[in-house]
Amino acid sequence: MLEERYAGFVNRSCPEPLFELEVDLVPPGRVAGGDDVRVRQESGRWSIERGDFRAEWEPALRRGWVRQSPNPHSIDSTLRIVHTLLLALEGGFLVHAASAVRDGRAVLFVGPSGAGKTTIARLAPENVTLLTDEISYVRLAKEYRAFGTPFTGELGRPGANSSAPIEALYVLEKDRGNRLEPMRVADGVRALLANILFFAQDPDLVTRVFQSACEFVARVPVYRLGFVPDATVWELIR
Amino acid sequence: MSSVYVAPSSEIAARRLGDEMVIMSVRDSTLFSLNEVATLIWQAADGSTPLHEIVQRTVCAAFDVDPSVALEDAERFVRELVRHGILSLSDRPITRVPATRPEGV
Repeated sequence: MLEERYAGFVNRSCPEPLFELEVDLVPPGRVAGGDDVRVRQESGRWSIERGDFRAEWEPALRRGWVRQSPNPHSIDSTLRIVHTLLLALEGGFLVHAASAVRDGRAVLFVGPSGAGKTTIARLAPENVTLLTDEISYVRLAKEYRAFGTPFTGELGRPGANSSAPIEALYVLEKDRGNRLEPMRVADGVRALLANILFFAQDPDLVTRVFQSACEFVARVPVYRLGFVPDATVWELIR
Repeated sequence: MSSVYVAPSSEIAARRLGDEMVIMSVRDSTLFSLNEVATLIWQAADGSTPLHEIVQRTVCAAFDVDPSVALEDAERFVRELVRHGILSLSDRPITRVPATRPEGV
């Protein structure tokens, strides 16, 4: 199941993985109480749970486990949450955004469900490589880069396993015509933060995510993109 | 309210971006943004300078504005931020200013 779901992102050999997760498969049914995700840290060990799974992860040991039934959604969630924690520490983030690469530069289209992420991904011209139509992986080295993820939305197709420096962030809004306008920095931070995936109630990490969003908006141009669902919208994208 | 002292709460993260200050309450992740004038006051809110002096030194020095009107506006702005828990207000100097001021402030 994992090889099929994460096809294109599976490494046969990885001598020094970022972390290892042991999967403890149990019969279908509730594994933990509550339907909301809970992410807590105690003595350097993260505890992550939702009704359908329980997981623990210890960053210092680079090890953890997840207890779940054989279903893709629980492992998706665990992997995403662990990556949100890892990225928060290094200035990156996971964000509800489609992302794509054209001419070696990436663009992000951010927005909640229904904003048009999958639509804009479907409308992409042939010379555009799709990194994801649902959740973008953003890291900061010398510059911000977007990486492809296997996390897919309605498109149902994993992104390309590649990356590119980010050229611009577009905040999606369905509109009566195509319209592009620069956003004020505060509005850009607000739009970005509203779509960053982060679940831990940890003041230090929350502060880091805030600073990361501010840094991103300080470096990357942010635009409001109103659009109608046809291919002409891509003429506005740099 | 003129002889009051103000200082950023310890439960916020703040960052100056261009002319604006973006502030987040770490408690509930609520976001605020301050305009240029409010940013001047925020940056001078050190807990030891009375608000009326801050207004005089920053706002009145930078803009052609009636001092009493500027102070009234500042008091309204301060009350609003205090209500949201991102600014502390006292009738005495505030000594419990965060050990390290938030980045960019």
